[in-house]
Amino acid sequence: MESRTTGSLLRIWSILVVLFLYVPLAVIVLYAFNRSNVQTWPIEHFSTRWFSVAWHDQEVRDAFVLSFKVACAATAVALVLGTAASFAVARYRFFGVNSVSFLVVIPIALPGVITGIALQSSFAVAGIPFSLWTIMIGHATFCIVIVFNNVIARLRRMQPSIEDASMDLGANGLQTFRYVLFPELRSALVAGGLLAFALSWDEVIVTIFTAGGNTTIPIWIWTGLRTGGSGSEINVVAAVVVVLSIVPVYCAQRLTTGTGDGRAAAEDLGTLAAVGGAQSSGV
Amino acid sequence: MKKRIAVIALATAALLATSVAATAKPASKKLSGTLKVVAWEGYTENQWVKPFEKQTGCTVQHQYAGSSDEMYNLMKKNAGYDLVSASGDASNRLIASGLVQPIDPSTIPNWKQLTPQLVKGPNHYVDGKYYGLPWQWGPNVLMWNTAKYSGATNSWSALYDPKNKGKITIPNNPIQIADAALYLSKTKPALGIKDPYELNSAQLHAAVLLLKQQRPLIKAYWGFATDEVKIFQTGGATLGAAWPLAVAQLTRAGMKVSQTIPKEGATGWSDVWMLAKHPKNQPCAEAWLKYAAGAKVQAEVAKFNTYTPANLQSCKALGATLCKQLHADGDTAYLNRIKFWKTPLSDCGNGKNECAPYSEWVQAWTSIKG
Amino acid sequence: MTKAESPLTRLSAFFFRHRGLKLVLLLAVPLAWLIGVYLASLGSLLVQSFWRADELSPNPVHVWNLDNYREFLTGDPVYRSIVARTIGFAAITTLVDIVLAFPLAYYLTRVARPRTRRLMLVLITVPLFSSLIVRLYSVRLILDDGGILHSLLATFGLNVQIGFTELAMAIAFAYVWLPFMILPVYAALERVPGSLIEASRDLGAKGSTTFRTVVLPLAFPGVVAGSIFTFSLTLGDFITPAIVGGDNHQLIGSVVYSNFGIANNAPFAAAFATVPLVIMAVYLLAARRLGAFDHL
Repeated sequence: MESRTTGSLLRIWSILVVLFLYVPLAVIVLYAFNRSNVQTWPIEHFSTRWFSVAWHDQEVRDAFVLSFKVACAATAVALVLGTAASFAVARYRFFGVNSVSFLVVIPIALPGVITGIALQSSFAVAGIPFSLWTIMIGHATFCIVIVFNNVIARLRRMQPSIEDASMDLGANGLQTFRYVLFPELRSALVAGGLLAFALSWDEVIVTIFTAGGNTTIPIWIWTGLRTGGSGSEINVVAAVVVVLSIVPVYCAQRLTTGTGDGRAAAEDLGTLAAVGGAQSSGV
Repeated sequence: MKKRIAVIALATAALLATSVAATAKPASKKLSGTLKVVAWEGYTENQWVKPFEKQTGCTVQHQYAGSSDEMYNLMKKNAGYDLVSASGDASNRLIASGLVQPIDPSTIPNWKQLTPQLVKGPNHYVDGKYYGLPWQWGPNVLMWNTAKYSGATNSWSALYDPKNKGKITIPNNPIQIADAALYLSKTKPALGIKDPYELNSAQLHAAVLLLKQQRPLIKAYWGFATDEVKIFQTGGATLGAAWPLAVAQLTRAGMKVSQTIPKEGATGWSDVWMLAKHPKNQPCAEAWLKYAAGAKVQAEVAKFNTYTPANLQSCKALGATLCKQLHADGDTAYLNRIKFWKTPLSDCGNGKNECAPYSEWVQAWTSIKG
Repeated sequence: MTKAESPLTRLSAFFFRHRGLKLVLLLAVPLAWLIGVYLASLGSLLVQSFWRADELSPNPVHVWNLDNYREFLTGDPVYRSIVARTIGFAAITTLVDIVLAFPLAYYLTRVARPRTRRLMLVLITVPLFSSLIVRLYSVRLILDDGGILHSLLATFGLNVQIGFTELAMAIAFAYVWLPFMILPVYAALERVPGSLIEASRDLGAKGSTTFRTVVLPLAFPGVVAGSIFTFSLTLGDFITPAIVGGDNHQLIGSVVYSNFGIANNAPFAAAFATVPLVIMAVYLLAARRLGAFDHL
């Protein structure tokens, strides 16, 4: 056990770091209540009028709907592909198994701007017009790894013999999956899916290149900040996004702790959050 | 049998009657759908867009661009834009790339009211066809915060003066090289710069050198007019190259700013609306063109941005003082003083191909910013 | 008295006997996606880097040449200085974030109670999912010449103006990428068994020795994993230089973005983009060697 002083020092340092993480977020929420559209300091008047402006803004609503649709589609694709790939890697030995895990990781390990320009020029060459689907393709590609990492971590803790035992008892493959595997995997799938959803929701760098004229919430914020007209309205939307994003993160965390021992669960959270968070900044 | 024939005859008559009635309705132009527009800031404000939407039934969706490069890029991205408000350094590229289609002046009622020079302007009048509807034009001015800056303002040299280090902001746009070239054409006549957009390599080199010397003095580069507004309001700049829109916005926000065209002259832009080659909503696009040619509409836009409208009749709607201030009364002398943006091409127009094309300007700009 | 075999049972028996086929089916779609969509796009980007942009047309001219590579490798030195600057920012960000993250991660694994730990992990993860752009804009508001930091320090009589400077950009980078360093380091430290540390103590080592010889080496792969993120994110970022840096200090991402998205010079952007690609490829291979992938 660490000495008392070391422990206290570490505690103080940790609290300071967490506060450091939250100061800019607090500033966003503060400015959401700024009556003026100019973000000077100090804030002269407070008001809630921008909340109503944002609520009634059709562009914001459309952007919310589009972001939601894209996130759902990307998550669905990522769940299917990520789970399939993780089964392949966890349960089979084959030539190139390490390459597959490497391949899955590349989309988040490479800078997002490269993924973005590569996809955009491919779409241009193939003559594919920009739409919800082009955005979804970009998102799904790096969401695969999140589901992959979650499911594979769970699969590695499960014994393969349980599947064999189920089959010995007369169940076919589908029944085994439904009654034996799926309940074990369910929380990993949901956690991975939630994080994939949250990432797609907030992704901006690749989206800038694959959206064409379509506007998701992050794109709306990006163009809004650059053209400056809707300064405080953006703060409102951003504040709402921050608060909303607490939900999937908290749920994912609850789902991973409580199964298995605490340490493995915490490691799960650390891993999946680290991987998951990468995309929100468009790695 | 007779009854059936009677019913059929009645139905046919009713059908004919309604269809005749429908076509005989006065042209109330109830169109529908979304009109997607690429525009400079300040061109699609609600005060004139909402009446258009009400009148026609079209919904306007705008996408702002901060530079002609962005506009060109947006139009080529196959993203379904119908219209673009292009300046001269994008319009010719758009025409050459086949991204826009000619406009038929006979469909625009107010065509005759537009400033003749702009109507036949080389930025859109190519091969006898009109590719653009002249909209607004204006200079790139020198703007300063009258409360915080008290130095000289009659010359662009203020932007190159080390005394003003850390207080200057200029556009993040390779076309700025033309501004430096224009300044040099007056301060270093030996270089022989006649057209700031047609620079041979020695002239380009000189302009780049000047901008590199200016680099340490810059507080920040602005991309959108509202960027510049922010940089003035909270960013610490007190002096800069600006569009009159920024002056208008800062004044509306309560800051005391002033603008001028320094003695060396100014670059500027003449913007035209262009119709995409394959618009998604052609009827709405054409309706917008008709609407945008109107004197009242152009006057409103001019007032908001403090730009100059292309429609000479707008002068009345602006009122005598504003009309004079904006030179909206057909002041051809003023118009001729402004060196409007155009795409630098390697073809200098004198048979030689020694001028630097735009791609070299872009590389040079990266080099300048470091 | 065996049940009649349903077609599903026959199918799963088939797959049980032909495991290879099942594997192929499992891998087919994900690989098709990753290779056919993602790698193919990267490939086509690479091909474009050998072409040239056309003056008046939107599409590149399909003339094979090495001009783009020559331009930034041996041409105008500004490109090399931009690469150096970007790597510099990446390195500084990584170091600062390691310093900030390590004690926090150590606290979470060795000192904090389980409830505090869970709470803090959630708190650390939430900022990752709030809009990156808005967080950067908020940092700019704080660091602006008329902003919060300036006002705060002015009350102490200090006139600090760091708006749009490289220092502001460094602070912004360290801030936005911090959670990416905390979490892998935490995951790595989490794996260090407490018994190992106890054993080291029992053998007579002082706290600092234990830390240096037992904890640090075991946590190192996690640090490397975190650095993959901080490096990769910085190498491609164009938003931070634009928002926080006022476009004063170009980074690799800015050049790629402005050439591709604005100046219509996709070939040059593609060529220049191979620089961060190569850097990250080398980094990833080295990191895999060091075992960081277990913590990714």
